[in-house]
Amino acid sequence: MAKKKKNIELYAPTTWKKAFQRDWQLYLLILIPLILVIVFNYAAYPGMRMIFYDYKPAKGYDGSEFVGLETIKKVFKDNDFFLALKNSIKYNLLDLALGFPMPIILALILNELRFPRFKKVTQTILYLPHFLSWVIIGSLAYQLFRPSTGIVNIVLKNFGLIKDGIPFLTEPGHWMVTYLLIAVWQGMGWGTIIYLAAITSISGELYEAAMIDGANRWQRIWHITLPGIKSTAVTMLIMNLGRIMGSNFERLESFGNSGVKSEQYQLAIYIYEKGLAGNNFSRATMVGVFQSLVGLLLVIVADKVAKKLGEDGLL
Amino acid sequence: MSKKRKKEMESTNDGSRAITKFKFSDFVIMLVLVILCLTCVLPFIHLGAKSLSADTYVVAKKVFLWPKGFTTTAYKAVFEDGRLVYSFGYSVVLTAIFTLLGMVVCTCAAYPLSRRRLKGRNVLSFVLMVPMYFSAGLIPTYVLMNDLNLIDNMWGLILPLIFSPYNMLIMKSFLQSSIPDTLEEAAFLDGATNFQVLGKVVLPLSKPIIATLSLFYAVGRWNSYADAKYYIRLKEKFKPIQLLLSEMVSTASEASSTAFEAVVNIATPEVLQAAAIMFVTIPIICVYPFVQKYFVKGVMIGAVKG
Repeated sequence: MAKKKKNIELYAPTTWKKAFQRDWQLYLLILIPLILVIVFNYAAYPGMRMIFYDYKPAKGYDGSEFVGLETIKKVFKDNDFFLALKNSIKYNLLDLALGFPMPIILALILNELRFPRFKKVTQTILYLPHFLSWVIIGSLAYQLFRPSTGIVNIVLKNFGLIKDGIPFLTEPGHWMVTYLLIAVWQGMGWGTIIYLAAITSISGELYEAAMIDGANRWQRIWHITLPGIKSTAVTMLIMNLGRIMGSNFERLESFGNSGVKSEQYQLAIYIYEKGLAGNNFSRATMVGVFQSLVGLLLVIVADKVAKKLGEDGLL
Repeated sequence: MSKKRKKEMESTNDGSRAITKFKFSDFVIMLVLVILCLTCVLPFIHLGAKSLSADTYVVAKKVFLWPKGFTTTAYKAVFEDGRLVYSFGYSVVLTAIFTLLGMVVCTCAAYPLSRRRLKGRNVLSFVLMVPMYFSAGLIPTYVLMNDLNLIDNMWGLILPLIFSPYNMLIMKSFLQSSIPDTLEEAAFLDGATNFQVLGKVVLPLSKPIIATLSLFYAVGRWNSYADAKYYIRLKEKFKPIQLLLSEMVSTASEASSTAFEAVVNIATPEVLQAAAIMFVTIPIICVYPFVQKYFVKGVMIGAVKG
């Protein structure tokens, strides 16, 4: 009887006063992350008013000139901004087109593998690139792909396939392909985990029944495995679509060089170069806020779409 | 799910291939996977070989997967230069502090939020999650960091990032599913406080997730360098190893990527660069096989909640 009474006390809705009396220790714990978030995230929000000033770091807000909507107008007349925006969207869409199917295909292949030992070693090796920083991947790529000293070009030349070194990372067109494929390579193994987990939850009986009915490997993949991971794939696709405005500074920076500026110039680079390196704080803030707002909007839309399709939302 | 049942499920899922004979398609599958694995392994073998080769062989383009004219000069130079070695030590300390504090903060957020009895839970969790979806951007954050005196300061690389909403969500969903309220009730009946329950019931049961998330924190801090590039402007001693490597190779690659490559090449210690990259990569490759399975676990738990 006493136990039941305690139960009610613990879980019945209470007044704030009672809740604090009972759980003050929990509130004390959560105060720590709350303070951190307020000090390091929320406290930065007022800084967004820089958009309306011609902000000079040395003068602060009081000393800087209030310019109203001038900065916003300037940004939307800025060719550099449109180049960065165009490149960001273009590369995110290409990343998605190449990077989204690859883990699915790889997961299907891994699932068809017979030898558990071999599978385990393969997975361990394929996950590795995910744990390397973009600096390492970028500098490794430069070592491998340089026109005259990179091993890839040396090997191709030795086989007589090419005469001159291919400028994999120094000419815009080649750079685009190399840059995109390296990201596919980096993410493909790691991306399989989520699909392999989904495949594990498909009932083995389905496969047995299909085998008894004489379905071959492709039929089993097409009619059992693929439908089994469809909802995971849809969720992943929507989540990735929500990130279409993002841009990864570390990745771009690691692959940057003077020859490919026109392609490498994306929003993260714009904000860094105009803002921190170029001291044009107001304009960089404006572009950052634009990026954040559109990103937020996309996430909300993606969440709505996912829920409409009967999948779990993101929010 | 018990381990045994998991095993059973895995073995029934072999149904797709258990009975059939080894076919041509099996061979193709293995071939594809071997090739993909080689793309992950060969670059590092080549780089390792290069870093252990004599300059002349590298310039003559004769080094492929095995060192020619074996020498450790390049590594000696890396150690003598000392910057990478110092930075390595600094990064280890930075990562250790970051991971420890990160786990403390993560637990402080995830444990209360995982308890249904906490009044105001939804509001608190909303307040904590907003920054994940809307950030003020680089410049306002930079100005804030400047006001907080965290520019050119080691704590500038720690404090802003130790609360990670993503890690918090993973821990929260783990606590919700593996520590039911009934488990706590028994402790409360014995008169335990919330702190005692956390210390004696919850944490001992959360060891696997603590291991996983510590690794998430550690790898995240170890690998990222954008914030260091933003916030460490003048003081060399606060630069983590990834930033240092990035600065070392970017000057070199910029020079040798131009038309002058052939000329610069002799002057640019390509071997030295290879050694520097290997110096930063080897620790990860050494630790990675042992900790990999914890990562996979974390992704699985995280996937449940999206």
